Amino acid sequence: MNILERIHKLRDAGVVGINARNRNYVMPHNPRKMYRFVDDKVYTKHLAEKANIAVPKLYGLIKTVHESNSINEIIQDKKDFVIKPAHGSGGKGILVINDRRKELFLKPNNTAINAISVKHHVENILGGVYSLGGQVDQAIIEYRVKFDPIFNEISYQGVPDIRVLIYKGIPAMAMLRLPTQQSDGKANLHQGAVGVGIHLTTGITTYAVCKDRRISEHPDFGSVLGNVQIPGWQDLLLLSARCYELAPLGYLGVDIVLDAELGPLVLELNARPGLAIQIANGAGLKHRLDAIDKIDALPASFEDRISIIKSIAEH
Amino acid sequence: MRELNIKIFCLLLAITSLGLMYAKVKTLGLPLVPNQTSSIWAVEARVEFDGLGRSARVNLDIPDKLGNFLKLDEFFVSRSYGLNVTNRHKDRHAEWSIRKAKGKQRLYYRIEVVPEDVSNENIFKKSKAPATAVKPEYEEPLASAIEDTLKKVRSESADIFTFVGQLLVQLNEPSPNNNVLVIQKGLTPGTEQWVKRIIYVLKGARISSRLINGISLDEGVTDAKLIPWLEVHNGQTWEGFDPLSGNKGYPANFMRWSVGEEPILNIEGGKNEHIRFSLTQRPYSEADISQERAKSKQSFLHSWSLYKLPLASQNVYIILLMIPLGAFVVVFMRTIVGVPCFGTFMPILISLAFRETELLWGIILFSLITGSGLAFRFLLERLNLLLVPRLSAVLVMVIILMLAISLLSHDLDIDRGISIALFPIVILTMVIERLSITWEETGAFEAIKEAVGSLFIAIIGYFVMTNNQLEHLMFNFPELLLLILALFLTAGRYTGYRVTELMRFKDLANETK
Repeated sequence: MNILERIHKLRDAGVVGINARNRNYVMPHNPRKMYRFVDDKVYTKHLAEKANIAVPKLYGLIKTVHESNSINEIIQDKKDFVIKPAHGSGGKGILVINDRRKELFLKPNNTAINAISVKHHVENILGGVYSLGGQVDQAIIEYRVKFDPIFNEISYQGVPDIRVLIYKGIPAMAMLRLPTQQSDGKANLHQGAVGVGIHLTTGITTYAVCKDRRISEHPDFGSVLGNVQIPGWQDLLLLSARCYELAPLGYLGVDIVLDAELGPLVLELNARPGLAIQIANGAGLKHRLDAIDKIDALPASFEDRISIIKSIAEH
Repeated sequence: MRELNIKIFCLLLAITSLGLMYAKVKTLGLPLVPNQTSSIWAVEARVEFDGLGRSARVNLDIPDKLGNFLKLDEFFVSRSYGLNVTNRHKDRHAEWSIRKAKGKQRLYYRIEVVPEDVSNENIFKKSKAPATAVKPEYEEPLASAIEDTLKKVRSESADIFTFVGQLLVQLNEPSPNNNVLVIQKGLTPGTEQWVKRIIYVLKGARISSRLINGISLDEGVTDAKLIPWLEVHNGQTWEGFDPLSGNKGYPANFMRWSVGEEPILNIEGGKNEHIRFSLTQRPYSEADISQERAKSKQSFLHSWSLYKLPLASQNVYIILLMIPLGAFVVVFMRTIVGVPCFGTFMPILISLAFRETELLWGIILFSLITGSGLAFRFLLERLNLLLVPRLSAVLVMVIILMLAISLLSHDLDIDRGISIALFPIVILTMVIERLSITWEETGAFEAIKEAVGSLFIAIIGYFVMTNNQLEHLMFNFPELLLLILALFLTAGRYTGYRVTELMRFKDLANETK
């Protein structure tokens, strides 16, 4: 297949490239000053709680080293919790405690650490060991998500989540992100996680992608990835669409986890979501985004917005 | 609307840039290719005379308006003589004087010129029109011969120039009539006396004309003679006429030397004076010629020339002006091709470093130092150090490495290793830091991909930034910066696919019918 032919095919399919994403979507719709809504996880969480958007509950926040003793009060009555840096990235510096046994804390791999180690971890976060710029950071102590068992068969450890792409407040595309051995338990497609496209109206998985190549089975388990129904899909869409009120970014990626008890929870927002979602769904973004652009007035109620999705998903 | 504005703005920038460049090539003759030479002429007038043992004064007419030549420079060689260059009678003179001249005296005047196409109007633009000639009282039988001839010519001509042409044809008739014979009497056609006679005749028709002397600068000629020529004013401008054929114009490669009927050399207090003209031709860089040209024309384009700067700043600008070209490589490689690399300008910095070390050594040193620096950095990683002290530790390590390489290569007699001292340390440290951050953030594969991509862009950037032709263009035509700016603005609007994305979305494209 020659180059021109491929360019034509991609253009016909409405595939958005990085240049087009930056110039046509990110730059005009995501003003730089709005980035603080998504960059600071503590701020995002505060806004979400105020707007009544479900997020993993914040148990406590430690801002300075001399506050680090307060970790004991925060986790006093908690059997399980997560400690993570507010400005961390790539999943670094996340400490998950599944359970407690007497004075010890149990990690997911069933090794135990003592309270001093936990406090030391907090101090490391505050010192900026896990934050990229190396600047002083804050430690978040929050609810540990109990993953919906639905993904147990198709996820390698880590945190499977659902990425929904919200354009001007309307969900335009979605995919399930599954950690693999290669991605080291992280749901980041760059690092080798699997992306599974989700049909926007039904919530049933379609195609899958790993390292930009089409796959149909999980690379670690060989389990079939298509035709899985995501539970509570309508609620999930509604939740993701409401994140637009939270952070007024026109081109927004919302990462949602499914909790076995609490249902969908918003984990993180992203101001420049990636483009592999198109491969996962076997469809280009442009036609859908164009369709949303054509809508004159955005319906006030989120429910109405969701109903628009039906027509969009056909593009 | 905004898109259209950008397009128009880019177009304007490009037109301005190319227009300025075109003007410089056209008017100043700046060459588009480096190291181009063309030949310049050096015309030397050697004045010799015998001193009488008392004060002497030498007055030599020197060229003012050269015709189709441009003066680059002139020199006066005259040991122990005082020199005074004056403009007398709208003409230039060199006046040498000495208190006591004894024995053989030698004075030189040298002028260096290049051929230049100038229209007559431009040559004489600033000269004033002469007063209308006064008709002399001719004596018989000359009077009636001139009257008759002029009358005849007048009936056959339309304006002053055709009149002069016709008259000269008549006067040079191979089988002259009686009138012409009277006028020619005692004169050899083509000599200075002959031209003076023509001027005398032309006064009868109240036409202003003058005698000029010039030299034909012909290929291969080393000994030159002054050629007397006729110049006629038609009320607007001067025009040359061949006193023999009556053809308008000047001889080929004619350089005007002096104007007027007085001898070009005057000596007081000397005898046996003699003047000789010799010609030499030698190659000269065209860029330098155009600088001289700009100076002599007082062109505004000259004020936009980097040659005016002191040499030290020129050398800085030679490098500085190439950086936008390096940036262009980065822009092209990143937005159009999609090669991954560190930061925005890291590859340019690496290219600049390669300039210092030359390419092969640069790549070897780069790989060696980043490799071991990275290894050291991962050792530090285990210590969970904070960013700034960690970076500083890497910096020290890089310097130690460089020191080791320099000392080692000195022992092995490899000179190249020593120039590593110029290899910018900061660049290497930053590369190592960027590399390790990417390593942590997105994994080893991505980090190595970016490192190789950066090196790849840096190598291409190196070739672009050290290209002689491009260096010449950027330095001589800094207005090209505007063109590059326009290219950047255009590239900033590019929303098409990157070449690497065609690979990335391969499966997606194959699924589409």
